[in-house]
Amino acid sequence: MTALEKTVSAIELRGITKRFGDVVANDGIDLVLNRGEILSLLGENGSGKTTLMNMLSGIYFPDEGEILIDGQPVSIRSPKDAYAHGIGMIHQHYKLVDVFTATENILLGLEEKGDAKTAAGKVRAICDRYGFDVDPQQKIYDMSVSQKQTLEILKVLYRGADILILDEPTAVLTPQETDKLFAVLRAMRDDGKAIVIITHKLHEVMALSDKVAVLRKGKYIGTVNTRDTNPQALTDMMVGRAVTLNIDRPRYENPVKRLEVKNLTCLDAEGVKRLDGVSFTALGGEILGIAGIAGSGQRELLEAVSGLYPVAEGDILYSPEGGETTSLVGKTPMQIRRAGVAMAFVPEDRLGMGLAGSMGMTGNMMLRSWRKGKTAFVNRKDPNELALKVWKELEVVTPGTEFPVRRMSGGNVQKVLVGREIATAPSVLMTAYAVRGLDINTSYTIYNLLTEQKMKGAAVIYAGEDLDVLLELCDRILVLCGGRVSGVVDGRTAAKEEIGLMMTRLGGEQEV
Amino acid sequence: MNGFLTAFLALLIAAVTYGTPLLFGTLGEVLTEKSGSLNLGVEGIMFMGGAIGLGGVFYYEKAAGAGAAGLAAVGIGILCAFLAGAAASLIFSFLTITLRANQNVTGLALSIFGTGVGQFVGEYMRVSEGGYISISNRLAGFFQNSPFPAALSGLPVVGGLLFGHSAFFYLGVLLAVGMFWYLNKTRSGLYLRSVGESPATADAAGISVTRYRYLAAVIGGGISAIGGMVYIMTIAGCVWNHEGLSGEGWLAVALVIFCMWRPLNAIWGSVLFGALMILYLRLVLPFVPTQLYKILPYVVTVIVLIVSSMRNNKEKQPPASLGLSYFREDR
Repeated sequence: MTALEKTVSAIELRGITKRFGDVVANDGIDLVLNRGEILSLLGENGSGKTTLMNMLSGIYFPDEGEILIDGQPVSIRSPKDAYAHGIGMIHQHYKLVDVFTATENILLGLEEKGDAKTAAGKVRAICDRYGFDVDPQQKIYDMSVSQKQTLEILKVLYRGADILILDEPTAVLTPQETDKLFAVLRAMRDDGKAIVIITHKLHEVMALSDKVAVLRKGKYIGTVNTRDTNPQALTDMMVGRAVTLNIDRPRYENPVKRLEVKNLTCLDAEGVKRLDGVSFTALGGEILGIAGIAGSGQRELLEAVSGLYPVAEGDILYSPEGGETTSLVGKTPMQIRRAGVAMAFVPEDRLGMGLAGSMGMTGNMMLRSWRKGKTAFVNRKDPNELALKVWKELEVVTPGTEFPVRRMSGGNVQKVLVGREIATAPSVLMTAYAVRGLDINTSYTIYNLLTEQKMKGAAVIYAGEDLDVLLELCDRILVLCGGRVSGVVDGRTAAKEEIGLMMTRLGGEQEV
Repeated sequence: MNGFLTAFLALLIAAVTYGTPLLFGTLGEVLTEKSGSLNLGVEGIMFMGGAIGLGGVFYYEKAAGAGAAGLAAVGIGILCAFLAGAAASLIFSFLTITLRANQNVTGLALSIFGTGVGQFVGEYMRVSEGGYISISNRLAGFFQNSPFPAALSGLPVVGGLLFGHSAFFYLGVLLAVGMFWYLNKTRSGLYLRSVGESPATADAAGISVTRYRYLAAVIGGGISAIGGMVYIMTIAGCVWNHEGLSGEGWLAVALVIFCMWRPLNAIWGSVLFGALMILYLRLVLPFVPTQLYKILPYVVTVIVLIVSSMRNNKEKQPPASLGLSYFREDR
């Protein structure tokens, strides 16, 4: 009997496919998870890890494929169903009610009888068993991040979950808190629970898990035993072989220094270092790529240069063509922009920064030029001409220049944004995730536009996610890891695996 | 000194009378807002409750004649008003919860719509019944007089203060205590609050956000509408009065903020607001126009808002998701 039980997996996924519109987030994924086992789900950003796990926890429903729990096919249509099957997910963004106590949060949605007191007793029992340190009466707003995470784990254990999914659990923890978490996870594994952790930190994978499953661009690459593998092999699985994209990359003669960042350190509102001693130079006539896992400081770096993010330490020196070198630190975004530093920032929500969704192309062009007029009335003629130019040259698909940009497709919105920034003929052009969500052809249009600017002598900074593109488009690539520079490589000679390792803290890092 | 005391007591009793409709309006809106829906249509809801509640009692008496029972009349008044408010809130809920329309815009539209419906029903009844509708004094007494025996309400000082109010005030206090108990002591109340604080959390815990929001808004709207009926039957003297009700709903919305979304605070808050509303009749100062008195409740609300945001107390904040629609696949 026991022999038979062992052969049945806690979870088995067969051919799971999930699409969001035209984007295939998960493409025919097979995965097996056993009890008493910690499985790492490894992959780059956008490889579909969280989407896959959200289908187990009832947030999404798969378009194709089946889910088997203990060998039985099941249908998980809501978080409630997931709990009924013993699956508990700890999301990256904690799902807790701030003004409630720990106990009240645990009680949410439970259908069992009994009052808060018996519940508090049960909470204490679980705490003692796994060594958690949680005060049942403490309010969430008084808790540290680590305590909140512990509470999330407690919450799913209280519901009797024996399959736990943790989405990037260490992203917000200090090393000491991480060690504590790992000890807890090991204790739970030894207790016979099945655990999945979603991560892209290789050293954690090696330290914690029994097995590693790798996803790449929505596809399942394979599962290996942790003890039979090494970081290098995992990186290769994660990033894959270099793909030739044939992006035109001409060389610009005599690049000159445009921007020099020296020892830049930035703190966020909570005092956490988002950038730590970052130094680099950007040359006119080259594209400098910025690689790094999401949240490594790319966004903060670009925002600091454009004056949107406060600089705690260090200097940003700007040398315009034929002008004097000046520091950009302490200048307002408007002054920086006047000096010729432009930023086309394409965040997850394209319209959030840079464009006004309900205005047409002309209106959005005007956002850059409205201060130029001398009278109290706006000048619509020039922006309209510019809009017509962008419309024609970048082949923006829209019924007219007054059509609200919000109702255009993503690629066209991006063209408007990038087109407008280029039109100001900046000497430093920064783009972040400029091709996110775009189809191949539109992406090439954007690449060509950036290259064109480079050949005009502008310093182009391109923060991107796709290593293949960075390797084919950029002259040099700056790799960030955890807010620090882990190295600068030549885009023409660097290998993909090399950058992959630098992104995950294993190579090129100098301990300070 | 004695004269001052008498005047003060009279003010207090009048304040309770004027505060009672507000108490219902506020309690209903507290329930709605605790679930995360900001229903700005209270003004319209109270108008509908007033007109339809009066209509229910009037046609009941017309049908039953002299045999009309007081308790039944009060029950019919409450029921008609509640159903009117619930129906109006159902429109709001459908638009904002199911179709995810903007809550502010929908609430304002409901406010205008409800005022119109109330006016139409009230005026239509008045005209079709020969230019005047009213309830017999005998029945009106059930709405307006103290439910306690004369021995109690006739006691010096305390009699009027404690036992001299209309039945609706005691009903409102009971409702406030009941709502406090529900929100803070029951599991269902905890779920309701979680929906208003963080619908994503509630959803992930398997609580139906849609169901809680619908129920809270519909029941809350019904309770608010009773406030309109109470105004017409007590202060306006059981006669359709298309001016008296205006502004009551907005005061209730302000009072919800003033009492920091707590039902028990609403009890004394509504009496205070009632006092501020009638201060211009009792405390006449030379050269001070009555309009200045009438802004007092709003001034007090603004001050409370400023003080509470300055103190930055996490417990004394509006429900965190107040006014926001919820859609599971939003990211």
